[in-house]
Amino acid sequence: MRAISAKKIQDTVAELCIRANIFLRRDVLKALKSASKKETNKRAKELLEATIKNARIAGKDKLAICQDTGMPVVFVEIGRDLKIKGDLKSAINKGVESGYIKGSLRNSVITDPILRGTPKYSPAIIHIDTVKGNKLKLTVLPKGFGCENKSQLKMFKPTANIREIKKFILDAVKDAGPDACPPYVLGVGIGGTADYACLLAQKALLRDIGIGNRQVEIKLLELELLRQVNKLNIGPMGLGGRTTVLAVNIETHSTHIAGLPVAVNISCHALRSATKTL
Amino acid sequence: MKQINTPLDKIDIGKLEIGDKVLLSGVIYTARDRAHKRLIEAIKQHRKLPISLRGQIIYYCGPTQTPKGKIIGSCGPTTSARMDEFTPLLLEAGLLGMIGKGARSQEVVRVIKKYKAVYFLTYAGCAALLSRYVKSAKAIAYKDLGPEAIYKLEVKDFPLIVGIDTRGRSIYGKK
Repeated sequence: MRAISAKKIQDTVAELCIRANIFLRRDVLKALKSASKKETNKRAKELLEATIKNARIAGKDKLAICQDTGMPVVFVEIGRDLKIKGDLKSAINKGVESGYIKGSLRNSVITDPILRGTPKYSPAIIHIDTVKGNKLKLTVLPKGFGCENKSQLKMFKPTANIREIKKFILDAVKDAGPDACPPYVLGVGIGGTADYACLLAQKALLRDIGIGNRQVEIKLLELELLRQVNKLNIGPMGLGGRTTVLAVNIETHSTHIAGLPVAVNISCHALRSATKTL
Repeated sequence: MKQINTPLDKIDIGKLEIGDKVLLSGVIYTARDRAHKRLIEAIKQHRKLPISLRGQIIYYCGPTQTPKGKIIGSCGPTTSARMDEFTPLLLEAGLLGMIGKGARSQEVVRVIKKYKAVYFLTYAGCAALLSRYVKSAKAIAYKDLGPEAIYKLEVKDFPLIVGIDTRGRSIYGKK
């Protein structure tokens, strides 16, 4: 059986924290550039150009794209024919700490949500899944809280129609308005349980912009929502323009006969993540 | 493009209108959620504040750690609305300007008009870019809060857009 050491996992997580926070995802940068070209509102165009310039400076000066380097969320896919030597979760948290320190990122994690205290770098939020094979896939998604604060969940009736669902998603964007650094990327989770819909919405942000859902009906819904949201005229910084959202990524899952959970995870324009397979 | 210096001059800021682009130079102070809470507690208990607010600007910002050899790390604005409940008392205590991102409450718009203060927006999510306009940075109060401490920043030509002017007009319109 193939084996992998906790130290190797720790070092990889550290590297991914730095990469995610400093180098903007290629698909996000491409979407920003394409939006900037198409934008007809002069100020919106200028603001989009500033975000593109910011990404360039961050990469060049090795600075975080955003000062909010997020709550680190780590997704782990473990091949069932792989053995991990050591403690996986502690390796991930140690990796987060060393990566955040090495990258001069921000300590934004509060140990006790009520008592608060001095912010630290970890623990990360960790999602572990098992898959076929003998590989280990690690993904770090630093989630800033300006936009995380605007995420929403609604438990619809099973008889709800698609119009109601679309309205909920549109309203979530209107509610976020200018506050959460538009243009946004919307991660939407439909189905499962309340918690699982939220997880799907978050995972949807990991899919590259421009790659639609594999199911044609859902892909069409993504495009339809994108078109409708971009008519809201919120625009970059909420100051108007046709670029309110860069992409809508929807993920679905089976659910219960009595319900239809829908979650929207809003990401700011600095959608950051990095992945490596060991 | 207008040039503004700190401490703010009431006549200068009175000329600003929503949507105006402004380049700011001088000293500004960072403060976000918990620094605000502490400042308000101090005001309510008539304790001396760690900074004099008169004519000053607060920047809603919690920078990253400072990389070796740099003046400051990434330092963009955080969501202003979270500070809304604390703003009236700070303006009453002499604060004249705020920098952040996003809309403010009706109450904040009202007190900005009352005290003839100003609310600026700066490039949201452009924290690396904004670090280039900071010429010096030092944590001066509430250091136990880490990135939420109050930092004294000296900035040069820091780019701003007027979000709410002294007449109480908001770039986001009426809520």
